[in-house]
Amino acid sequence: MTRIDKEPSGATRAVTVRGLVKHYGETRALDGVDLDVREGTVMGVLGPNGAGKTTLVRCLSTLVTPDSGQATVAGYDVVRQPRALRRVIGLTGQYASVDEKLSGFENLYMIGRLLDLSRKDARGRANGLLERFSLTEAAGRPVATYSGGMRRRLDLAASMMGRPAVLYLDEPTTGLDPRTRIEVWDEVKRMVGDGVTVLLTTQYMEEAEQLASELTVIDRGKVIAKGGIDELKAQVGGRTLRVRPADPAQLRPLARELDGLGITGLATTTVDAENGTLLVPILSDEQLTAVVGAISDRGVTIGSISTELPSLDEVFLSLTGHKASAPQDPAPSTTYEEVAV
Amino acid sequence: MSSHPSPTATLNEALRAAPLNTLPRTGDADGRIGLRAQARHTGALVRRNLLWIRNDPQSVADAVLMPIVFALLFVYVFGGSIGQALGGGQERYVQYVIPGLMAMLGMNIAMGVGTGFNEDFQKGIMDRFRSLPIGRSSVLLAKISVELLRMLLATTILLTVAVLIGFDITSWPGLFAAVGLSVVFGSSLMWIFLVLGVTLKNAQSVQAMGFLVLFPLQFGSSIFAPPQSMPGWLRSFTDYNPLSSLADAARGLMTGGPVAHDVMITLGWSVALTAVMAPIAIHKFRTKS
Repeated sequence: MTRIDKEPSGATRAVTVRGLVKHYGETRALDGVDLDVREGTVMGVLGPNGAGKTTLVRCLSTLVTPDSGQATVAGYDVVRQPRALRRVIGLTGQYASVDEKLSGFENLYMIGRLLDLSRKDARGRANGLLERFSLTEAAGRPVATYSGGMRRRLDLAASMMGRPAVLYLDEPTTGLDPRTRIEVWDEVKRMVGDGVTVLLTTQYMEEAEQLASELTVIDRGKVIAKGGIDELKAQVGGRTLRVRPADPAQLRPLARELDGLGITGLATTTVDAENGTLLVPILSDEQLTAVVGAISDRGVTIGSISTELPSLDEVFLSLTGHKASAPQDPAPSTTYEEVAV
Repeated sequence: MSSHPSPTATLNEALRAAPLNTLPRTGDADGRIGLRAQARHTGALVRRNLLWIRNDPQSVADAVLMPIVFALLFVYVFGGSIGQALGGGQERYVQYVIPGLMAMLGMNIAMGVGTGFNEDFQKGIMDRFRSLPIGRSSVLLAKISVELLRMLLATTILLTVAVLIGFDITSWPGLFAAVGLSVVFGSSLMWIFLVLGVTLKNAQSVQAMGFLVLFPLQFGSSIFAPPQSMPGWLRSFTDYNPLSSLADAARGLMTGGPVAHDVMITLGWSVALTAVMAPIAIHKFRTKS
């Protein structure tokens, strides 16, 4: 058997994926995905709905058998050694996969017993995790009475019962309010601090930036970009300066001139004719100052101006030239859903 | 690239050691699961279902109330007139319908396997179970064990009500044999509902499909009324309906009469249903993604 999880340098990878393909009927949910996650790092998998993120996680957690390709997690093959593999992974899905009718404690205790912990150890570890995830007070209540954030925290705790070496977080904050989202991020950061390798899927650039050290961007089952978060940000523009010239006729000439000056980020300036704005990629405060200076030097009156982190749409726009939601997509991308089925 | 320092331990040491140290191994190197571990997993999952009952007593309401409601309704609404046709009265109908209701209960309870399984898939908890290092059969076994317990509970309640409204048990060994036969047949039906539960989109469809199958089978049988008065085309259906055989067998066992033929037919159906549907259900369960 050829080892695919060794790097030439001898460093070992926690997750190695080569040419993974999974069809659902006519739809190619995964279309030859390659992915490497180094031990102790957080890999963010960024992509829109239907990109194949959940299918990837389901393949790597043995819930779905890939049609072709190879994948190993902690050295175990997903197809040939599923049982051994399940022993080293933790999974937190898009939907809190805990039993609503049981209490928080009973959920964790049950998982502990399913992981072959003794009664005493299962009880101890469940209580420890409830304490750590600030759920001690609610430990005896049915999960049905928990708030969304509490459920997600319990789900994270459930994934940690087995002390996983590799943890999959499949859109861990989708559907949460901003405050709860930050709460979950803090928990994830603490888990990463303990040395867990994390594979995080998300639709939010901001979430990837908060948690991941490396990013893989996928779209329609294919990897379209990968690299360190700074490299990718540079590629798509670390921030976006959104400028609306008072006179819309200025849009295109101004875009050309700004690109000609070479003072913006690596990507080119995009014209958003619909809103009458220019999207200028910016890597530093100096660039921002220079761009604003250049615009006023041209004598262009500015109607409005703001800077923002690139949204997923903008990342996709600069990487692929099409919008993330891809309404022009001829493939029936709604024939499968990215949900736990 | 990441700024995380590379830990000194190699992945093989760190990762292989972690599960070894923190989780007692229960299988061989390929992670095969031993029988004792499987029994423990099944136990933990049965416990989960029993805790539901404590946290949400309504979840057993069907098993508790259905036998009471059916026994009272049928005996007091139809008992008089059908009993007359049987050459007696209401007390004659009690003897007739109670064994039939017992046969019916198994079928209704078996449907719970389908809806329960379907909900587990919908809620994502099944993903949790299937990503744990446990045998997938443990999940199936636990569900079936719990439904069998529910069947026994419902049967006990039915018989208690029956005795209170005048049912006369003529043979105790026969009673136990009849309960056993209903449970055997009911558990063979569970496989059908498991297939529906794994295949259909939601619990409501499982229930709707279930009733579509249940009602003709139950009423087109000898459960509620003797088929002698039914038209010929319906009689040919009721004669081959396994629920008729089960009801007649239970009747014979509990209140006296010939049983051998009906018992054999019921057992034959149970074996055949299990042989055909169990592999399909297990396959669908294992490969469902």
